[in-house]
Amino acid sequence: MKIRKRTIGLALYFGLLLLPIYWMLNMSLRTNADILGVFSLYPTDITFGNYIKIFTDKSWYSGYINSIIYVSMNTVISLSVALPAAYAFSRYRFLGDKHLFFWLLTNRMAPAAVFLLPFFELYQTFDLFDTHIAVALAHCLFNVPLAVWILEGFMSGIPREIDETAFIDGFGFPRFFMTIFIPLIRAGVGVTAFFCFMFSWVELLLARTLTATDAKPIAAIMTRTVSATGLDWGLLSAAGILTIVPGALVIWFVRNHLAKGFAMGRV
Amino acid sequence: MGLRLQNIDKMVGRETHLKDISLEFEPGSRNIILGRTLAGKTSLLRIMAGLDRPTSGKLFIDDRDVTGVSVRKRSIAMVYQQFINYPSLTVYKNIASPLKIAGLKRTEIDQRVRKTAAILHIDDLLDRLPTELSGGQQQRTAIARALVKEADLLLLDEPLVNLDFKLREELRIELQEIFTRRKAIVVYTTTEPAEALMIGGNIVVIDEGRILQTGPVSDVYQNPATLKVADVFSDPPINYIKGVVTADAIRLGRGIDIPLHDHLSSLKAGTYKFGVRANHLFLTRTAEADVKIRTTVELSEINGSETFIHVNYDNSMLVVQQNGVHSHRIGEPVTLFVNPHYLLAYNEEGHLAASPSLQTATGMNAGNVGDDHGVH
Repeated sequence: MKIRKRTIGLALYFGLLLLPIYWMLNMSLRTNADILGVFSLYPTDITFGNYIKIFTDKSWYSGYINSIIYVSMNTVISLSVALPAAYAFSRYRFLGDKHLFFWLLTNRMAPAAVFLLPFFELYQTFDLFDTHIAVALAHCLFNVPLAVWILEGFMSGIPREIDETAFIDGFGFPRFFMTIFIPLIRAGVGVTAFFCFMFSWVELLLARTLTATDAKPIAAIMTRTVSATGLDWGLLSAAGILTIVPGALVIWFVRNHLAKGFAMGRV
Repeated sequence: MGLRLQNIDKMVGRETHLKDISLEFEPGSRNIILGRTLAGKTSLLRIMAGLDRPTSGKLFIDDRDVTGVSVRKRSIAMVYQQFINYPSLTVYKNIASPLKIAGLKRTEIDQRVRKTAAILHIDDLLDRLPTELSGGQQQRTAIARALVKEADLLLLDEPLVNLDFKLREELRIELQEIFTRRKAIVVYTTTEPAEALMIGGNIVVIDEGRILQTGPVSDVYQNPATLKVADVFSDPPINYIKGVVTADAIRLGRGIDIPLHDHLSSLKAGTYKFGVRANHLFLTRTAEADVKIRTTVELSEINGSETFIHVNYDNSMLVVQQNGVHSHRIGEPVTLFVNPHYLLAYNEEGHLAASPSLQTATGMNAGNVGDDHGVH
């Protein structure tokens, strides 16, 4: 009896959670006239017109490509910078190490808007404005500290003796790091990559301000659905659904690591 | 390869972990470092390995100063107390890794890995990952990886301490055989006197970061130079009874007279502490010369197949090791028998004055450094 109650409760909660997403899916499969015309719990005339428009119109699908490019760049840069940094924080004692570690985290405490103007100015000066790398680098400001923080937790869970044994066995540092150490913290790397990806994927303010046309993210392109004649609801919903997909895919791939990561790391 | 440590000190912050350690290890020798927990065994081993740098002092290999040389450039192998393997590699790859790094041919690697695995009885586990092994098997893998290199210096830091009793016994016997076939310097740390005696070779007894005594294991066991060495090298701790030596006899505790025979005959008049190990105290008469100690049982505990009886005599606790499982009531009167032949005599400074295998303290071997450092 008790279990039934809990099951019903959970199902209800789950249903409520999914309701907005379902509604978006519902709208994305209908035409604009249909959406504004009749109220319907499910699409009666299913149309893929909205999706077809997004996939065929370059000004639409380039938004996804831009987003994916800078998000991937950011994830790769964040990880490749944070891995050695986290190793240093985890294994060595040096002057001010604890303060530096905390300072890294404080970077995340500032709102993105604070950094907006400096970034804009800087990128204009260095001719980085409206490039993928510009957004990727800007997002590093938030993702690198987080990545270092998470990875350090995982690395400190690995006994130092493993490092020493490897050095005794004659491993050079790069080889040890790549072949022995990183496989040990695979779950941590997965979790970190996920967080970097998600932050960069949903971040709008910096991405929109630092780009104009060539590297414009999908979230900024979505605002094009607003026009003098009103909102194109169907198209906006379809774009929204497609925005969820990459995130869902990433979660699907790291789901096992994620559970482990939450259990053992510093997430 | 010979290894020499010269006046090694190790400070961590303000704490002294090692103080003025000078030691020499000969090629092919087996060496035990015996000391209690936190005595500095691991610190010493890490300095020998080159994992840590001594605060001062030097380390020589064949008269070449290697104090600051990176651990990667030395020919060493090490087994830790924890079971350290590469979790992402199979047992085979774990054992093969040092050879692979050294750039050996695949056929030779294969042959050596299989040979070493066979010695340690893990040859049927080669395809497994370390996490799929029991503790004993994991440690066997770690030992195999250390052996396969055939390094000049093989360091084992309490390798059996995390294993259960039976596995420990098993591996101890195997290790003893493995070590005899090695050309390397083997250094083995332990807290257990029994383990030290079993592995054999030379022993270094350390306590609080200082060397107390060095020498062949059996010599040191029979002639612990100081009270502290006797303490560290006895399990259960050695028993002490105070005694006074007069011109013609020894008066032990509260009125037990012992004639000045054998090794005790050389003792000069004065007060002494007489040490006797728990396994030399008996509940039945074993020899004509035995003296009796009458007292009552304070506590009786069973340890494996032995019984330890704790008694109080003349304000000092004595422990009797009795073979087999026996039960004794608390407060039960007991008579202990001790053969004066087994008594170790320590003078007031805590130095060995007479022992059964040594007529007088003057004959003590030159390797004995305990006297240089005094006793705490």
